[in-house]
Amino acid sequence: MKISQDEIKKIAFLSRLEVKENNMANIEKELSDILTYVAELNELDLDGVEPMAHAVPLHNVFREDEEKPSLAHDLALSNAPEAEDGYFKVPRVVQE
Amino acid sequence: MSSKYETVIGLEVHTELKTKTKIFCGCTTEFGGDQNTHVCPVCLGLPGAMPVLNKKVVEYAIKVGLALNCDILQFNKFDRKNYYYPDLPKNYQTSQYDLPICLNGYLDIEVDGQTKRIGITRIHMEEDAGKLVHSGNTISDSNSSNVDYNRTGVPLLEIVSEPDLRSGAEAKAYVEKLRSILQYLEVSDGRMEEGSLRCDANVSVRLRGATEFGTRTETKNVNSLTGIQKAIEYEALRQAQLIEDGGTVCQETRTWDDAQGITLAMRKKDSEDDYRYFPEPDLVPIVITEEEINDARANLPELPDAKIARFISEYGLSTADSTILTASRKTADYLDAAVKAGADAKTVSNWMLGDLSKMINENGLTFGESKVSPENLASMIALIDKGTISGKIAKKVIVSMWESGKDADTIVKEEGLVQITDTGAIEEIVKQVIANNPQPVADFKGGNGKAIGFLVGQVMKESKGRANPGMVNELLQKFLND
Repeated sequence: MKISQDEIKKIAFLSRLEVKENNMANIEKELSDILTYVAELNELDLDGVEPMAHAVPLHNVFREDEEKPSLAHDLALSNAPEAEDGYFKVPRVVQE
Repeated sequence: MSSKYETVIGLEVHTELKTKTKIFCGCTTEFGGDQNTHVCPVCLGLPGAMPVLNKKVVEYAIKVGLALNCDILQFNKFDRKNYYYPDLPKNYQTSQYDLPICLNGYLDIEVDGQTKRIGITRIHMEEDAGKLVHSGNTISDSNSSNVDYNRTGVPLLEIVSEPDLRSGAEAKAYVEKLRSILQYLEVSDGRMEEGSLRCDANVSVRLRGATEFGTRTETKNVNSLTGIQKAIEYEALRQAQLIEDGGTVCQETRTWDDAQGITLAMRKKDSEDDYRYFPEPDLVPIVITEEEINDARANLPELPDAKIARFISEYGLSTADSTILTASRKTADYLDAAVKAGADAKTVSNWMLGDLSKMINENGLTFGESKVSPENLASMIALIDKGTISGKIAKKVIVSMWESGKDADTIVKEEGLVQITDTGAIEEIVKQVIANNPQPVADFKGGNGKAIGFLVGQVMKESKGRANPGMVNELLQKFLND
């Protein structure tokens, strides 16, 4: 299972990860090895087997529609790298 | 638009559900709190926080699905939709992808007296995102943005239609009907202006008769019913002109600028958006039994179409009046309550569509908030039927009822509005009016039958509207023909 450098660049972009050009060959080999390993699963005969939706055999875990206290305002913002007027402050969101 | 092109529209409607708390945590969904005060580790996406599904959201989704004639998926699940935008603190939105709660429904709409069936592709549950406040004048000259996560995690249903709509008017009718059903089900307040009902329009055009779809654009930020129609009409015209001028439509997301009445390009859709959906490991699947679905179906309220049919068959109202009176459940309930209190449905409907609507609209209220209760309206109608007050006086009485909140009996007594049915009293006034108006009297006697209208008016005026109009007419005829 070989992955192309273009695919790696696309995945890196979607994940907002920076991949240095001089590291590309290495990543290409490592990801290809991982995919080859996982591809062994493709050999299984899965006819009539439903895709698994969850690893734990549980369903219908609900809560009632009852209000619980929210976080104190200053506590809610305490992890924010930047805050302003009670808001979380983030860098500009639109790129040209 | 030239009839050469046909417009093809599919709508994605997002509706906030009226639960007390958010979809995955116990924070309130209340609108308008101070920024970032309705947040907790779950809706802020803090590491280690685990979501737990609000049961009410599933109940509401089932109701909506059944009302829109959908199949309810008895096994459905949540997935993560990954994208980077700071209105989502987790960098993904918890949504439903390949197994949504509802599939394959439809909604019948009426346009120009024709019924048209619009397919509903799917309905899924998801969480709402936060709100961004930009520091600059526009989004593009901002150096930073401020984020309020109060809305993050408010439960949403996304209702996706098939590309079955063919005009802005059809799209408007569809959203109007959908909103009405959501309000009937009491699962959403459907206020577009406050953003509790939002609509994205996928629009394309093609040569009439073509079978392939044209390239579509997605228009966002439409927040009124008339805006939907206008945005679609504008976008269809823009695309048709572009093609006529030899250009091609670009697949992109556009935004509706209501003030200018135009759509503007927001961002290109490179290919299909790559959201890399995968099953949400923090939430277990939802299993709905046949019995639960049957129970929900049995407990659905009477929906607009059924109400219209009943108003026509049981109350003898016209289709047009029934449609207006059932557009909101509160309005329809008002009519039912007045009829239950003993009034004739047609008379109630006349008052509702006339004087009462006027007062309600002037005060920016709904029938649910009317200052004249349905019972009080019914008792006023009873006074007209008994001849205690005339229809004309009733128009004054209803205004007093609105202003004072008192019932019709009290007002009629307090303001001395009881109709004069005493022949002697009316005769006095009639004689006086005849004596004071020699010219119209002469006109009438000279063969101008219409002149009596003026004299009736004078008698009514003298009696301050309290004389019984039938008796006034009769007595005038009698004295003038003597």
